Amino acid sequence: MSILVDERSRVIIQGITGREGMARTRLMKEYGTNVVGGVTPGRGGQEVEGVPVFDSVEEAREKTGPVDISVIFVPAALVRDAALEALAADVKLLVLVPDRVPIYDVLEIARTAEDKGARFVGPNTLGLLSPGKAVLGMIGGRAERAREWFLRGPVGVSSRSGGMTSSIAYYLSKAGIGLSTIVHVGGDPIIGTSHPEVMALFQDDPETKLAVMFGEIGTTQEERVADLIQSGRFTKPLIAYIGGKAAKSGTRFSHAGAIVEGGRGSYETKVQRLREAGAHVVDAIADIPKKAAELLATATEA
Amino acid sequence: MAKLYEYQSKKLLHDAGIRIPQGGLAGTPEEARELAEALGKPVVLKIQTWVTGRAALGGIQFAETPEEAEEKARGLLGLKVKAYVIDRILVEEKLAIRAEYFAGLVMDDARKVPLLVFSSTGGSGVEEIARHSPDKIVTIPIDVRTGLREFETRDLAHKAGLTGPIQLQVADVLVRLYKAARTVEARSAEVNPLVLAEDGNIYAADCHLVVDDYAVHRHPELGIEIAREFDRPPTVLEKIAYKVEEKDHRGTFYFLEMAENRAESGPVEGAGADADEILIGFHGAGGGGSMMSMDAVQAKGFKTANYCDTSGNPPASKVYRAAKIILSQPGLRGYFASGSGVASQEQYNSARGLVKAFIEEGLEIPAVIRLGGNCEEEAIRILAAYLKRIPGRVEGYGRDDLPEFCAGRMEELIRESGGARHAVGNIPPPAPPEGCYGFDTLTGRVSFNHDRCRKCVSKACVGACTPGILKVENDLPVLAVSPEDARRGKCTECLACEIQCRFHERAAIFIELPIPGLEAYRKSL
Repeated sequence: MSILVDERSRVIIQGITGREGMARTRLMKEYGTNVVGGVTPGRGGQEVEGVPVFDSVEEAREKTGPVDISVIFVPAALVRDAALEALAADVKLLVLVPDRVPIYDVLEIARTAEDKGARFVGPNTLGLLSPGKAVLGMIGGRAERAREWFLRGPVGVSSRSGGMTSSIAYYLSKAGIGLSTIVHVGGDPIIGTSHPEVMALFQDDPETKLAVMFGEIGTTQEERVADLIQSGRFTKPLIAYIGGKAAKSGTRFSHAGAIVEGGRGSYETKVQRLREAGAHVVDAIADIPKKAAELLATATEA
Repeated sequence: MAKLYEYQSKKLLHDAGIRIPQGGLAGTPEEARELAEALGKPVVLKIQTWVTGRAALGGIQFAETPEEAEEKARGLLGLKVKAYVIDRILVEEKLAIRAEYFAGLVMDDARKVPLLVFSSTGGSGVEEIARHSPDKIVTIPIDVRTGLREFETRDLAHKAGLTGPIQLQVADVLVRLYKAARTVEARSAEVNPLVLAEDGNIYAADCHLVVDDYAVHRHPELGIEIAREFDRPPTVLEKIAYKVEEKDHRGTFYFLEMAENRAESGPVEGAGADADEILIGFHGAGGGGSMMSMDAVQAKGFKTANYCDTSGNPPASKVYRAAKIILSQPGLRGYFASGSGVASQEQYNSARGLVKAFIEEGLEIPAVIRLGGNCEEEAIRILAAYLKRIPGRVEGYGRDDLPEFCAGRMEELIRESGGARHAVGNIPPPAPPEGCYGFDTLTGRVSFNHDRCRKCVSKACVGACTPGILKVENDLPVLAVSPEDARRGKCTECLACEIQCRFHERAAIFIELPIPGLEAYRKSL
């Protein structure tokens, strides 16, 4: 098993004829993602990487059958409309790749998704990947790298940084520890699926025995994961690594969410809350595979 | 987070129909007196800055007479707050206060909604109140599709303990506050205090709005210079860097001078071997990887002169400009580039950008470049092949070399470098001959010295061109697409042709990538 996506998930790509859309359609197809169609308004009838292009999500659904997931690559200013279109067509999982989506646009997407019982990952996400099954977005860049870097196994990864999603997953795989699903939740202050929501999915996934989380300063996601553990709703071992120790108040490290606002969301509070809850907080990336090996060995004995 | 000054925020509230104290902005003591005279009553003078806690800094003063206002203004203008000199003060009527409330808007990341926050106790102690008696604070989630409705804010005011006409007045102000914030797409808003005056009216006595960075382009009326969070006005170099990013949305580029480092460490002359004094030019890639890498550099006791991040698959030209801007900071002892280590972007673009910048600069300090990820082998090969002859030693690393190890290499190389410091020179890139063949790109120009090209047998530039937009015609390299297409982005500014030609052929290609303002800035140092 894995979470959110596997080789059977039926996927469409909105913005398939753009620069990133085309390049990453190839990645997804070659990796094994079941891409059934693409959408670019006004470009219906074309083909990209052997994938038929439609004028609308509704048309893609009519002509290809049910659509489980839409991966969105349109420019930031058009994300709101594209996402609302997919939600209106009853797509239940969206992946919003673009960076710089205005916050009120995200809030409106969130409100609509809630009404529709749908979920979205991002914005500002590299996407997610279930090793050997499917990739959504652009993790790995090219299919052959993604195959080489990420092995299948028992560890779920959730990260607020795209690069760290890949690097944590790579260093684990290199140590012979495979992955169930790796998720880049996105770097923005308001995102569709945050760490605690990913942890809840890992909790229900029998394949996932252990979770790794990369957190950052700003927002309350890591504190809420600590709450989940303390209330008994997340019971698997968790390794947490928090970036931004060097950050000073007012320094924004690229991610709009990475800010220190009045003490809440600071590096110290996150580390303290996670430790209190019993998570394994490490200080260096090299400690992640070490700690994972140790925890998995204990889990097997028990 | 683009912060607005108090006077800007208040203007927006006023436009939304909320009462604000009468007054105006003064840039000189005389203007302050004139404003006080016109008001004809006691005034308050408030420094205009983004730093919070102005009262504690002595930045808020009261004056009974116009003369006193002038005198107090003289003390406030020119006041230094966090290395920033106060040049504007707000002069307003002093309100006769009956009660102080707090009203604000914040984003609730757990529920994914904006949250309106109100407290019937406001003023300077509101944070304390929030901590010790959270029950005094009432909130309401807002549905962005319907907006905030009056019955909701009436209910909120009621829950906060307000009764009678005050309840209705406050409810009305709260609806207008959300409208004002929503109109400019504010990420947060704070009115503290919201004042019930003796005249029975509600006034916003202070206000701070923070506009969403990503929406700033939809609000040119706000005149925001840099759509990014600072608690001080941007430096000249930061403004130069922002212009680069503003015009080129391929990948992202963020640059911040860590000014507190400069202020704390003072002049670096005669610093000796003390590691505290060693300044590093920092070039990260991706938010999380950059933070991890910066932590590793600082753990070695180095100071980072700046923070910089180029990621999201930036073209080589953007990485080049970032490097040139980083190297416009004098006194650097080393250059450290590192991201997450397993990037999805094609890393050879970053490598080529660094090669062009380091060669132009004649880099004399050591550089450790960790370009792990997609196509890292090619990236490391490019660094090794083309940066052998510059004075500074450059080492390239990949995904299997961790940031801590690379920071260790930085330490070692700086020790070996014998104290070399980066001097910001102004070496202009070699210029192409007048009127030679060339074409414009999205952000620059590619020129060919065809006299030299005639002597070139390989025409290696054509093969090196990643997007394949060059061809050989009459034994000369020329564009294979229309100049219009090249300018609109068919030329990806990958810099491969220039590097190929410079190192393997006749150095006949010149790629100009202007950075407006940088030359003048360097001269001013």
